[in-house]
Amino acid sequence: MKPLPLSVKEELTEKLLEANKKRNMTVSQIDAIIQEVVEEYNRVLVDPGEPVGTVAAQSIGEPGTQMTLSTFHYAGVAEINVTLGLPRIIEIVDMRRKPSTPVMTVFLEDGYSNDREKALRVARLIEGTTVENVARSVIMDVINMNLVVTLDEYKLDDQKISIDDIIKKLKKVKNVEMTQDGYTIILNPGDVSLMKLRKFAMRVRNTQLKGIKKIKRALIRKENGEYVIYTEGSKLTDVFKLEGVDTTRTTTNDVREIHKVLGIEAARNAIIKEIKETLDEQGLDVEVRHIMLLADLMTVDGEPKPIGRHGISGEKSSILARAAFEVTTRHLLEAGKQGMVDSLNGVTENVIIGQPIPVGTGTVELVMKR
Amino acid sequence: MSLKVIKEIKFGILSPEAIRKMSVVKIVTADTYDDEGYPIEKGLVDPRLGVIDPGLKCRTCGMRFGECPGHFGHIELARPVIHMGYAKEIYKVLKGVCHNCHRVLLDNEEIKKYARRLKEARVRDVEKQKVLKIIAKQAARRRRYTKNNICPHCGVELPRIRFEKPTTYMENTEKLSPSDIRARLEKISAEDAELLGFDPEVARPEWLILTALPVAPVTVRPSITLESGARSEDDMTHKLVDIIRINQRLRENIDAGAPQLIVEDLWELLQYHVTTYFDNEVSGVPPARHRSGRVLKTLAQRLKGKEGRFRNNLSGKRVDFSARTVISPDPNVSINEVGVPSPVAMELTIPERVTYKTRDELRSLVLRGPSQHPGANYIIRTDGRRKRIPANDEELRKTLAEELDVGYVVERHLQDGDVVLFNRQPSLHRLSIMAHEVRVMPYRTFRLNLCVCPPYNADFDGDEMNLHVPQTEEAQAEALILMRVQEQIISPRYGEPVIGGVQDYISGAYILTREGTEFSRREVEEMLCMAGLGVETSQDKEIWTGKEVFSLLLPPDLNVEYKNKICRRCTTCKEKECPYDGYVVIKDGKLLKGAIDGMAYKARSECKLLDKLVKDYGTDTGRKFLDSITRLILWVLGMKGITVDMNDVELDQDAKDRIDEVLQDGENKVDKLIEAYHNGELEPLPGQSLEETLEKKIMQVLAAARDRAGQIAEEYLGMERFSVIMAKTGAKGNMLDLTQMAACLGQMSVRGERLHRGYNNRSLSHFKENELSARSRGFVRSSYNKGLSPTEFFFHAMGGREGLVDTAVRTAQSGYMQRRLMNAMQDLKVEYDRTVRDNTGLVIQFMYGEDGVDPARSDYGKAVDIDWIIHKHMEAV
Repeated sequence: MKPLPLSVKEELTEKLLEANKKRNMTVSQIDAIIQEVVEEYNRVLVDPGEPVGTVAAQSIGEPGTQMTLSTFHYAGVAEINVTLGLPRIIEIVDMRRKPSTPVMTVFLEDGYSNDREKALRVARLIEGTTVENVARSVIMDVINMNLVVTLDEYKLDDQKISIDDIIKKLKKVKNVEMTQDGYTIILNPGDVSLMKLRKFAMRVRNTQLKGIKKIKRALIRKENGEYVIYTEGSKLTDVFKLEGVDTTRTTTNDVREIHKVLGIEAARNAIIKEIKETLDEQGLDVEVRHIMLLADLMTVDGEPKPIGRHGISGEKSSILARAAFEVTTRHLLEAGKQGMVDSLNGVTENVIIGQPIPVGTGTVELVMKR
Repeated sequence: MSLKVIKEIKFGILSPEAIRKMSVVKIVTADTYDDEGYPIEKGLVDPRLGVIDPGLKCRTCGMRFGECPGHFGHIELARPVIHMGYAKEIYKVLKGVCHNCHRVLLDNEEIKKYARRLKEARVRDVEKQKVLKIIAKQAARRRRYTKNNICPHCGVELPRIRFEKPTTYMENTEKLSPSDIRARLEKISAEDAELLGFDPEVARPEWLILTALPVAPVTVRPSITLESGARSEDDMTHKLVDIIRINQRLRENIDAGAPQLIVEDLWELLQYHVTTYFDNEVSGVPPARHRSGRVLKTLAQRLKGKEGRFRNNLSGKRVDFSARTVISPDPNVSINEVGVPSPVAMELTIPERVTYKTRDELRSLVLRGPSQHPGANYIIRTDGRRKRIPANDEELRKTLAEELDVGYVVERHLQDGDVVLFNRQPSLHRLSIMAHEVRVMPYRTFRLNLCVCPPYNADFDGDEMNLHVPQTEEAQAEALILMRVQEQIISPRYGEPVIGGVQDYISGAYILTREGTEFSRREVEEMLCMAGLGVETSQDKEIWTGKEVFSLLLPPDLNVEYKNKICRRCTTCKEKECPYDGYVVIKDGKLLKGAIDGMAYKARSECKLLDKLVKDYGTDTGRKFLDSITRLILWVLGMKGITVDMNDVELDQDAKDRIDEVLQDGENKVDKLIEAYHNGELEPLPGQSLEETLEKKIMQVLAAARDRAGQIAEEYLGMERFSVIMAKTGAKGNMLDLTQMAACLGQMSVRGERLHRGYNNRSLSHFKENELSARSRGFVRSSYNKGLSPTEFFFHAMGGREGLVDTAVRTAQSGYMQRRLMNAMQDLKVEYDRTVRDNTGLVIQFMYGEDGVDPARSDYGKAVDIDWIIHKHMEAV
């Protein structure tokens, strides 16, 4: 008999206490209940040899046909686009360097989380603002070979940026002659070619005024009685440095970034959470255990690896299995050169050579009773 | 007889000596057959290479066609050529080795260090590959130095080496010929070769340059005889012909002392042919073509890809003892059964051993022969010889039957009760192949119970399915215990039933069990009898309610309570007092309150009743319940009837007026928004442009209007309409579909936006350019019942097409994802210590799913239903 795992034990204790409150139980009753729970638990355990990997792959893959393909959808905050459905699952499984729509959910500490003003202030600190964001226009004056930046007073006010700040920042980009007239700044880079002027204009437009570089937008929203900041773009390390940010709950949907900042266990949990949320959003029901197994497999080495020929499938021990998956000839040639040995203990290899596969009933030999 | 088991496979490269040694003939002539049609000796189809003509014997091994595996020959190349697959590898070696002393370009320190690291990494292949990569990089680095680019062993200056794809190597400006390269590679010591990633035992570096070319046996490149009698050779043979021709010309030219230039040209040509012989898709090399211009399929092409040897013939194999035909529904076969047409049953056989117990039975089968149904096709004598039972020679059948003795095997026809595997593609999950019991039936289709359609994802619009017959007792037992349909009722994907009621079985159950359904005693007896249910109805009862009839199918100690699908989600639930049949109470196996609907036993959903039956009473009870309820409901529907007609979605004038008003109101609001936009009065939402804001607001207004119209329609659509019963019970469709039929279709969209493309700045020529109104951008105000206007119809088709395209693309994408997932995860399994490990023994999880619970046995994903156990024990007092 296998003893109960912690999660079941805790639940049992809690429920017994609760039931006891309603109606007093005798010791023998409690014993009987515990006994039955243990028996029931042992009844539902997986059988040794069960091909749990295959079942997990099927359980995650099969609903793929029922998922929508439409890449963009509105989730969480209506204003921020998030990749959803099948493309999102593929993105996670592929472990792309950058997700197509990185999004952070920034939680705030007590004192900030219920104060709209303070939350807004943090959001402003997060939101990356460039000259282009606050300018009404940035025009190249080709006749005089200078750059005319017209700022938008409302946007400046909204972002609480003064013109002097901007001039200071622009000076740092390239110290050129600047003339200011109300909300218009004229920059004269001197005698330069048109190409150079164009490049200069680009740099001026993208000059970071404040906030975090890659974050295009930060919106606050009230959720479960507290203000939460959602951002378009993701940069955990910078956000963690800000005052008022609850670093224990703040998260992103970029698994690689989570791995880099918070470590492999966090990455594993992020994979589980992201896949689960994507499936739930589509109304598809998949056991967490399957997703957990996938996440565990992707993160065993301490570094998230993609599913597919550049990751797990490409690192398999069996040459035949790799050759049967993708890039057949390269694997065979390489195996020949290195004198590799295929020890034939996986599924595909044994299918190829026509022997029983070593999972399920293939793990054991059948002995007949005489 | 003990079976030989392949324990491992070691890979290596054939050395020229090995090629010559295993060769049975040195091929010298490029011709195949002489004028009489006999194979030419020392030609490409030399009789020693194997047999491809039935009746002939192999000159090497003496075996016949089909037995002889074929034998390799070889071609002596006049000049060595590069093996194209190793071209890059050769470059790496050249870079890492000194041209003078032939040592690897690492100093003694480094050599020692890396040799040790390599040895340590040997356990895990991934590590080894990493170390090899580092070594290759380190060895090549000295060559790139501008100063001090000398060999650490002999001190000679190292020239730059360039590799020009596909097979040319340059040292400074000199071209290195394959002979030069081979000479260098030959002198690399075994230790150095190991550092460069070679296993010198089976793969010396110089073997990457070919001096002798193996010629594949004819059995792998059979020629086919066309109807005209002309032979058509395989692509590989064509390629070999090319190689031999050029090889010969090259040799002749060399022998004749032809100028260097000509020799080199021919050498190059030989290289080309050998390259394309291995792989005809090398980048930078024009593919070799057949006379007709068709690109030849050479070695690599035979192995590669979906249609290649690996995926088509090795990972997937063709099998005997299988059948395929169209499927059709039959509610009278059990979910465990499959109806097998008798022609199929007479073709598929099961080998049965003759024992004292089975002898008489099998004799009678042999007597009946292959053309009467319970018969047999073959007998196998104790010495293993097979004898076909004749169809029209009764005398012979009699003697064969007499001959039958213990130890014989009879291949008898498929009979009722045999276990077979049933499959429908695409086999997306394990429930796509399940074990059924055979029921032999007339006609020509496979018959299956409707409850098993969901896991197979089958319907009857022409679907075909496959059937396989396990041949050994072990396989049959395994199939029966593990793969039987009733064992699969609960899906491992989410721990809920995938096999269960569908469509009319759900609405039928509602009609049977809703308040007010009554049957006379005669009707009940007729129903139960015709449904084939042996239930005692001898009680003195003249009027039966539907609930009472339904209760007959339940185990007598069943207790369940739940809110069903038709529950109206009232703010305060009256539970047992629910006036709408929305709260189901089953006490001691009696349905007391509430109607049975989708919530009870609908496939692929949370089903309280079926789930409970299967988990608490076992799969047998679950199967019996499904079998009997479906048969019963068939007769209920036969009496009560169910149908859909246009009146189901017809609303009275009052409702139509209200809906019209709501929709008109919505359109007016949209117009106002557009006006505000044009006047510049519209406030943009944060972070969005004015246009985006407008679009979003219009969408919102129209969605709200449609929803409101739907709500109004719903008020008028009562449970007396069958279509509403279907939607509300979860049998088919939903209320949205119905409101689309009755009230209004709503906004059509492509990519989540209103329709706006087609003509310049407008969707259709019926509207003004840049018109933003609801009607011009795909809002369909009509209902299906009322009918769509021409523009609306077109918009609807636009929206519909997106759906079709989406499905097509999705199937391809998700298919590939699933293939990758499968490939990555297939070796994981639970060990006896309940850890999850891959095939190398690497632990992936220390306890499967953190608690070791099988999802298919879990209680909606939870390990144990503690509440229920406590409840049970407390009630018991």
